[in-house]
Amino acid sequence: MEQSIFILILPLLSFLVLALAGKKMPHKLAGTIGTLSLAATAILACATAAEYFAAGRNGAAQFTDIMPYNIAWLPLNDTLSIDMGILLSPISAMMLIVITVISLMVHIYSLGYMKGERGFQRYYAFLSLFTFSMLGLVVATNIFQMYIFWELVGVSSYLLIGFYYTKPAAIAASKKAFIVTRFADLFFLIGILIYGYYTGTFSFTPTETAIAAAGTVLPTALMLMFIGGAGKSAMFPLHIWLPDAMEGPTPVSALIHAATMVVAGVYLVARMFPLFVVHAPEVLHAIAYIGAFTALYAAVVACVQTDIKRVLAFSTISQIAFMMVALGVCTSTDPHEGGLGYMASMFHLFTHAMFKGLLFLGAGAIIHAVHSNEKNHMGGLRKYMPITHITFLIACLAIAGIPPFSGFFSKDEIITACYGFSTPMGLFMSGVAAMTAFYMFRLYYLIFWGKSHYAEQVELYKAGKIVEEPHKPHEAPAAMTIPLVFLAAVTCVAGFIPFGEFVSSNGEAYTIHLDSTIAINSTLLAIGGILLATVMYATGNSRITRVVNVVMHEPIKAAYHRFYLDEVWLFITKKVIFNCISRPIAWFDRNVVDASLDLMARAAQRLGTLVRPLQSGNIQTYCIYFLSGALAIMLVLLYIY
Amino acid sequence: MTIPAEYMLILSAVLFFIGVFGFFTRRNLVSLLICTELMLNAVDINFAVFNAYCHPDRLEGYIFSLFGIGVAAAETAVAIAIIINVYRNVHSIHIKRLKNLKH
Repeated sequence: MEQSIFILILPLLSFLVLALAGKKMPHKLAGTIGTLSLAATAILACATAAEYFAAGRNGAAQFTDIMPYNIAWLPLNDTLSIDMGILLSPISAMMLIVITVISLMVHIYSLGYMKGERGFQRYYAFLSLFTFSMLGLVVATNIFQMYIFWELVGVSSYLLIGFYYTKPAAIAASKKAFIVTRFADLFFLIGILIYGYYTGTFSFTPTETAIAAAGTVLPTALMLMFIGGAGKSAMFPLHIWLPDAMEGPTPVSALIHAATMVVAGVYLVARMFPLFVVHAPEVLHAIAYIGAFTALYAAVVACVQTDIKRVLAFSTISQIAFMMVALGVCTSTDPHEGGLGYMASMFHLFTHAMFKGLLFLGAGAIIHAVHSNEKNHMGGLRKYMPITHITFLIACLAIAGIPPFSGFFSKDEIITACYGFSTPMGLFMSGVAAMTAFYMFRLYYLIFWGKSHYAEQVELYKAGKIVEEPHKPHEAPAAMTIPLVFLAAVTCVAGFIPFGEFVSSNGEAYTIHLDSTIAINSTLLAIGGILLATVMYATGNSRITRVVNVVMHEPIKAAYHRFYLDEVWLFITKKVIFNCISRPIAWFDRNVVDASLDLMARAAQRLGTLVRPLQSGNIQTYCIYFLSGALAIMLVLLYIY
Repeated sequence: MTIPAEYMLILSAVLFFIGVFGFFTRRNLVSLLICTELMLNAVDINFAVFNAYCHPDRLEGYIFSLFGIGVAAAETAVAIAIIINVYRNVHSIHIKRLKNLKH
């Protein structure tokens, strides 16, 4: 396992090389360096994970945590220190595979997508930085190391969202993402400090005495940590940054805002899972309810958005909420007795990363072809982009939960776990899953079916109504379709991975068995959602859609504006916080703190003005002073003697 | 009848302060030079007077006066040479114009 350190070093090196020398490199070289180092990282990560899963079991047939490296980086006192190291456990090994594979796909894809773009080298440098930080986050040996990399991930996300720094919308989006997640991270930090102060350790697995010492403070600390996770994972009401983050380049959205960074919150809860489930079950259930509400909210909003990336963004929020719910409904660490959700959540994280990455990369190919994010500029694209069409369809089927695609298996486990928790929760999540199927196929039909926007434009052009000849949509280059095909293949087979063998709540092997009633019901619900979408959107502008649009005009408008939550936040920040807190503080700062310093400065200045004429540079004047001084001394001496 | 020493000392003080006044107020290099001479001569008178009145049997004061006169002559020669060179370079011997070395 000693090679695991190179998983971190390689992306860091490639970041340093690209960031320091990138400007002088040709685009191709920079892209090759980034992609090759990432490919090496991916191979190393997969090898490490394979080695771990092959040799990780202890005598009781459980996977245990292995730390190939752990050094005390910053000793705070005799007992408490911040360590840096590498921790291999089933979930970190799984995350290593997910991150490096998706990141590699995005690197390859970007060779085509970002071709000729200004700042190509900068883009690859940031991608490497992000991959490094994300890998550091998942292999963290303690909560503080996790927090450090957590912030690094946040800053690389900020840099990549704001990649097109000449676009005001991108700048605003990057600032929003940074501020919102940073705001949530404040709670995370407070939680970590409380945790470290009371238990005397930053470890994920404190000893029993440490936990006893923390006592009733532990749930509070865990709740605060969860708020940090909720910020990164876009849980309601801190989700507002994620849809805006789609201003970044699309491959970045695929990597950061769909597959890897946004599941950091889920990963955090999974990391602290033994503590949550034993010592703070009420917090865990609160997470489940927050997740369930977020899932519904995001699904409703996703049903009416017109920007395809926003639809995907809201579907991401909804799917992450599924994972949170699955973790939240756990009641014990035994996978057979209420601990199923842990495995289900991690399984869904794995499959979701693959098919959501695929969906975003597909969306990127579409945007690349039609030069627009709006659904109105698409339609009928299946003729022009066959590969994108097929892969996108596979991903849609997977996210909708149709067997045999991967999403079906993982989502089914989540819903089984929900039913195990309570029947209302199970029914609720089944309903949201059906909505998932509906909005994903609405998106699919709007993009690939219906009347072709291009054909319409061509007719208008021929009739002389528009001057410019329309741009014909074309299939993406090979650099972009290869990742699509690869991820589609993974999506097709990932469901058959015996995931429970590797990851389960107590480390023992758990055999996934499908509950036939739940499986059939959820499949039927998904098919129902798809059928509804087919009826409403397959032909373009059906009568039902028009009727629905008229009848449901107000709710649709509200959902389109995301139920005005952004406005609520703006009201809170701009009106309440600015006026009640910031302005008095600013007044105090300006009129008391600054003013006292200003006073000193001004006094010194006055004094300076006063004595400045003394030093005129005029020797005769000096002589007068000299003479008067000499006379004065003489008079004084005369007076004394 | 001997002249009281005070008279000579007053003469020398008046001479000295005429020199000081001129030195502070005049802006012409030659005038300044003349003023310096006045001050030096006042000092020479003081030397001679104190020698004559306090230690009539000794000669150091007279010698110092002569020495002072010699130094003054040498100094004047040097100063005049500088002034001539200044005039050649600046085309003026007005003190306000001599700022090149200040900055």
